[in-house]
Amino acid sequence: MIDESLRWVDDRLGIAKGGRTFLDKIFPDHWSFMLGEIALYSFVVLLGTGVFLSLYYVPSAHEIIYHGSYLPLRGQRVSEAYASTVGLSFDVRSGLLMRQAHHWAADIFVGAIAVHMARVFFTGAFRKPREFNWIVGVTMLILAIVNGFLGYSLPDDLVSGTGIRIAYSIIESVPLVGSYLAFFLFGGNYPGSGVIIPRFFIIHVLIVPLILLGLLGAHLGLLVKQKHTQFPGKSKSERNVVGSPMFPTFMAKTTGFLFMTTGVIFLLGGFVQINPIWQFGQYESYKISYAVQPDWYMGWLDGALRIMPSWEWVGWGHTIPLEVFLPAVIFPGIVFNIFYTWPFIESRHTKDLAYHNLLDRPRDRPKRTAAGAAMLGLLGTVFFASSTDVMANFFDLPLMGVLWFFRIAVIVVPIVSYFLAYQICNELRQAEGLGKRKRALAVTLTESGEYRTEESEPRPGDGAGVELEPVPVPAFIDVVPPELATGEGVRRVMR
Amino acid sequence: MSAEDDHSVSPLPPAALDDPHLQPYARRPEAAQTVAAVAMVIGFLGFIGFGVSYWVVASTQWQAATFGIGLFGFGFGVTAWGKYLMPQGPFVEERHQFHSTEAERDAMTAAVVERGGMVVKRRKVLGGLFALGSTAMGIVLLFPLLRSLGPKPGRTLFQTNWKKGSKAVTINGRQVYEEDLEVGGVMTVFPEGFEGSSPDQVILIRLADTTQPLSAPGRTSWGVAGYVAYSKLCTHLGCPVGLYQEQTQQLVCPCHQSVFNVLAGAVPEFGPAPRPLPQLPITVDAQGRLRANGTFDQAVGPGFWERP
Repeated sequence: MIDESLRWVDDRLGIAKGGRTFLDKIFPDHWSFMLGEIALYSFVVLLGTGVFLSLYYVPSAHEIIYHGSYLPLRGQRVSEAYASTVGLSFDVRSGLLMRQAHHWAADIFVGAIAVHMARVFFTGAFRKPREFNWIVGVTMLILAIVNGFLGYSLPDDLVSGTGIRIAYSIIESVPLVGSYLAFFLFGGNYPGSGVIIPRFFIIHVLIVPLILLGLLGAHLGLLVKQKHTQFPGKSKSERNVVGSPMFPTFMAKTTGFLFMTTGVIFLLGGFVQINPIWQFGQYESYKISYAVQPDWYMGWLDGALRIMPSWEWVGWGHTIPLEVFLPAVIFPGIVFNIFYTWPFIESRHTKDLAYHNLLDRPRDRPKRTAAGAAMLGLLGTVFFASSTDVMANFFDLPLMGVLWFFRIAVIVVPIVSYFLAYQICNELRQAEGLGKRKRALAVTLTESGEYRTEESEPRPGDGAGVELEPVPVPAFIDVVPPELATGEGVRRVMR
Repeated sequence: MSAEDDHSVSPLPPAALDDPHLQPYARRPEAAQTVAAVAMVIGFLGFIGFGVSYWVVASTQWQAATFGIGLFGFGFGVTAWGKYLMPQGPFVEERHQFHSTEAERDAMTAAVVERGGMVVKRRKVLGGLFALGSTAMGIVLLFPLLRSLGPKPGRTLFQTNWKKGSKAVTINGRQVYEEDLEVGGVMTVFPEGFEGSSPDQVILIRLADTTQPLSAPGRTSWGVAGYVAYSKLCTHLGCPVGLYQEQTQQLVCPCHQSVFNVLAGAVPEFGPAPRPLPQLPITVDAQGRLRANGTFDQAVGPGFWERP
């Protein structure tokens, strides 16, 4: 049956040869390779739940009277976008579950991309020949953040509306063309001509996901074409890949992992409330809520805006709001440009033009690890700076003190992180046998009163001779008794 | 070994049932199978449970518990099956050089440079026209793609709907009278007919019973009967400056904690806001209604390039 259908397809498309190679594709066994899978599978959940939500959401700023089942809102004037989001939460069966799972999946998606990127960075997986895939990955990170912000803005609730207002002012801050850009995007002076919600909607559900899907195809296509990197180890070299085959082992593991990731997202979606817009209320441009925080992946930009001094530039009849333009446009621009160009910065610095398929241990590249730690220190500091007001309240500190703490920390933390990481790497490199399990020493007292120490037997996991030599994936399992299997009668296949 | 490199028939190594590479990773496969089976049964029951909880319109929590635990259990079982019961390997795959040979590279370069260059050089006019035409097309396409999106800013950013004599009304359109606010009270007002309009929002504060001279020079007559009125748009990013602290006479923006001194003409004292909140001159008419006594002397809200 399978044989026949395969023949039919192969006659027309010739897939058997390449298909067989694909089924034999080797996936290295290491936990850190799952991080990208988390991102992939949360994207799958985003597409699924997003299609569900788009069937009920109405992208319109048109005002109506709310008549749904949520009593505190009844009779209030709200936008169709807000009413339909509350409606799909309360009046559509499973709607709240889907909406909250969608929001959690988005937060996990960006988080998984960030951690996956850190793994790729600290192990040097971006080096030649994988610079293209690094660039594709950074682009997907930016698009994920952008689309997260757009989706968060769609319900037209008080908190997200404040975010849109801030976005408008950030666009307005661009020298020369800022007010034109803002007027074109919003259809006029804030809040514009009511076009922003439908525009955000089509960008959120069509344009960005389409680009993301294309880049995802490129990301995985390059992965298959260039094959996986791997950590150094027994029989592993620059010229091979050691691990489990695509079919059936990896396919089973990864399918199971898809289910598990989805399960965790839905558990969060049902048990951990996220973005309860019916508590915030409809957005009105003159209303504001206290302790307004965006989704976590926007926190670093919000923090940068908070700690920036009020340096507005005025001269020659013009104004450049540097207190907005620097932290909200130039700062992320610099950060993402460092991300994009890092493979080239590093290879220029190391003068290393060789192919690299074996990964580095972070400690073996102290400068790169220290640079990564400094970047994480910088981003982490501005991230925490986005909650200055909450911290000041919680710890009962003066707001001005908290702000000045972060203004100093944003310079000190990256520098300290750099030297600390550099030092830790160097000391780790000098320690012998670190990370390997030590054998137990048995101390015995002999009859003559002597003490003797004996090394105990190796246990599984000690790494002494328990690993098998890797072999190519066999075509089939020979059913002849093993004592007769001498190579005779082994099927030959075109490879 | 990739499919393209090698078209010869090459034998794969013999694999027998007792080959350790093909043995399950688990030392006790029966126990591993039991664990995987139990997990997959939990998954199956979870899926059925989700169907039931949907049917009976159970709470979101019940739906999440059944579906989430079902998915996780099912996934755990399938993963355990793959990890512990399928061939443990390790298996190896050779890498191949995917870059082309020097000759192939030269051939490609020659095709692009010589063939393409020859065509362009021999027909310079056509080449130039092609460049001209495609550039023109790109530029004219920008008009509908960009210019249609919205109006030009013009003077819009410098204007509000406040005029000399505009009545101050609440969001519901109710006229504001002198006795409406207690000392220490605040209220958001709009010019009559523009209730809810974003650039027109003004925060009205009653500082005292009688007119308080502000420490801002030349603005003694801008307030009336202890009232002052400021644009509610933060000069940092345009959030409504909604928090009024009476004890310190400060207006605080909840977005990025800019603090404005109400008694000194709303100059920023702290935080990222660069400019004072523009003040609206107000007066009280014969009926005791609050009215604008002029308009803002500058653009309200955050900074932009055209602002002088």
